[in-house]
Amino acid sequence: MALLDVVDLTVEFPTRRGVLRALDRVSFSIDAGEILGVVGESGAGKSLTGAAIVGLLERPGRVAGGQILFEGKRIDTLSAEPLRRIRGRRIGMIFQDPLTTLNPLYTIGRQLTETMQTHMRLSDSEARTKAIGWLDRVGIPAAAQRIDAYPHEFSGGQRQRVVIALALCADPVLVIADEPTTALDVSIQAQIITLLKDLTRDHGTAVMLITHDMGVIAETADRVAVMYAGRIAEIGPVAAVIRHPAHPYSDGLMASIPSLEHRVDRLRQIDGAMPRLDAIPNGCRFNPRCPRVFDRCTTEQPELLDAGATRAACWLHAHD
Amino acid sequence: MTKPAVLEAIAVSHLFDVSRPFLQRMFTREPRRMLRAVDDVSFEIAPGTTFALVGESGCGKSTIARLAVGLYEPSDGDILFENQPLSSARAQPGLRRRMNMIFQDPYASLNPRWRVSDIVSEPIRAFKIATRPNEVHARVGTLLAQVGLTIRDGEKYPHEFSGGQRQRISIARALASEPDFLVCDEPTSALDVSVQAQILNLMRDLQKRLGLTYLFISHNLAVVRHMADRLGVMYLGRIVEQGPAEAIFRTPRHPYTRLLLDAIPDLEQVGRARTPVGGELPSPIAPPPGCAFHPRCPLANDRCRVEKPAHTMAGAVQVACHAVEEGRDG
Repeated sequence: MALLDVVDLTVEFPTRRGVLRALDRVSFSIDAGEILGVVGESGAGKSLTGAAIVGLLERPGRVAGGQILFEGKRIDTLSAEPLRRIRGRRIGMIFQDPLTTLNPLYTIGRQLTETMQTHMRLSDSEARTKAIGWLDRVGIPAAAQRIDAYPHEFSGGQRQRVVIALALCADPVLVIADEPTTALDVSIQAQIITLLKDLTRDHGTAVMLITHDMGVIAETADRVAVMYAGRIAEIGPVAAVIRHPAHPYSDGLMASIPSLEHRVDRLRQIDGAMPRLDAIPNGCRFNPRCPRVFDRCTTEQPELLDAGATRAACWLHAHD
Repeated sequence: MTKPAVLEAIAVSHLFDVSRPFLQRMFTREPRRMLRAVDDVSFEIAPGTTFALVGESGCGKSTIARLAVGLYEPSDGDILFENQPLSSARAQPGLRRRMNMIFQDPYASLNPRWRVSDIVSEPIRAFKIATRPNEVHARVGTLLAQVGLTIRDGEKYPHEFSGGQRQRISIARALASEPDFLVCDEPTSALDVSVQAQILNLMRDLQKRLGLTYLFISHNLAVVRHMADRLGVMYLGRIVEQGPAEAIFRTPRHPYTRLLLDAIPDLEQVGRARTPVGGELPSPIAPPPGCAFHPRCPLANDRCRVEKPAHTMAGAVQVACHAVEEGRDG
């Protein structure tokens, strides 16, 4: 049984001009100890998927259909209080901007011990010892002294480590990390990626890693889901999706990334832009930009189909 | 060299005053504090080529971008535009119109209350390149077509466009004064990768077609590799390595360049394990003595801790590193 099972998740935003469907029947699963990368361009719905799973959709957004099963139990129907207990204890979260996650008025030690004591039975001194242990593990130098420092006394990279410690300190089995390295410089980013990988390996924690950076996914994830306009375009093992993408969108996305290894005269580009939510085309959402479009693509919406090593929502892989 | 460099920076430094207010300094007896954002930087850009500056946040690359178009005056050193001091070149409208800038954020750099045609035609009217309304209109049409938009888009407002299209508008505006030198400060950092590819391709096409010279600023080494002819790698205000881009990417010499290249996650290295470099960027207000990189450098020795390395040639590349100079970089 998968740790997290998302089935036909649909998220809608009612507006004055009608209901916008921001996620349309998104399905995927994450196994224990697995890192699933979720990649896509801004507005594709990757952050929304993460927020919907932990019940933190911003109003007026709402889950309009589908199921979210965590450890075999539905969590999308839970009320606020039981959901809050799962969030933080069983599911940890890391967001892009460490400054908005940390409370500037509390020392990081207080924030760590409070998080642990909310979810676990620990005495003050036990919690403090554990907190120092976590700071040490995420690579904060002189953790025993730094524990009483305030967030502003840390550099950006260190703050993000503190946020990771906060997300992991209650021993969650799943971490949802939304662009955890985007605000950081590359040398710090490399440190954070290594840290995340080590921690998941040592603790068997599963990670849903949301990012727009394909390089980060390539290095970190086991499987990857490529999202486009509120749907999963392709999902599969990371090496297969990068080297032999089966969906024309993932193919174009990979080819449009400049490479460090060799220089090309022109990058392959996908013309046009992702459609806005109020102007989703009929049939496959990618069809107006697709170089391999044919009749069926403009009328019928494809579901995920077997495409060799991956699954792709593309009629090229239909065998009926 | 037959043609003079379009832009030449000679030992340029730029300091920012980051002191606390005067009264506070009086009470606490604090001295003035200066931040050396750019420290002794020299480079030149040949006509029709792209010189790229790459580095992490706070390394001074955007300050150089602003110095290069005259938005800042250098505290020390000279910047020459076609062999003339930049300040006197900017005093002549004929020369000033020949340089322009493209900014990172296409959402902040376009006036939301102006129609696109007004945004693009402003430089045309300001520099009196065309004065009659139908001439201006025709010129705007050509510019918009050049960047892949249509004259009908000129009637719209910036908010009606996506990020990539807005960056096209910025480029059209930058080209409106018929410049031959463009400073591009992180032009694609705010864009998604598929759109980034469109903009980078467009910029290379325009360079070929119009013979443009670019100073290209970016933190993204892969983008820089795609665009640059020559490259400067910056760390805490200094160019630590510069030379032909191909040479630097093939055999990076400075330990910091190697660190940067090694730190970037690359598509071709699925699931690779890495040995990350420890440490963080030091504060530019109090840079380490000697070589600013020594606290993070695996090759640092006592000399690096006290003596600032000079720029020396190593093959085709100029490097500021004692270890490279002494040949102990392996």
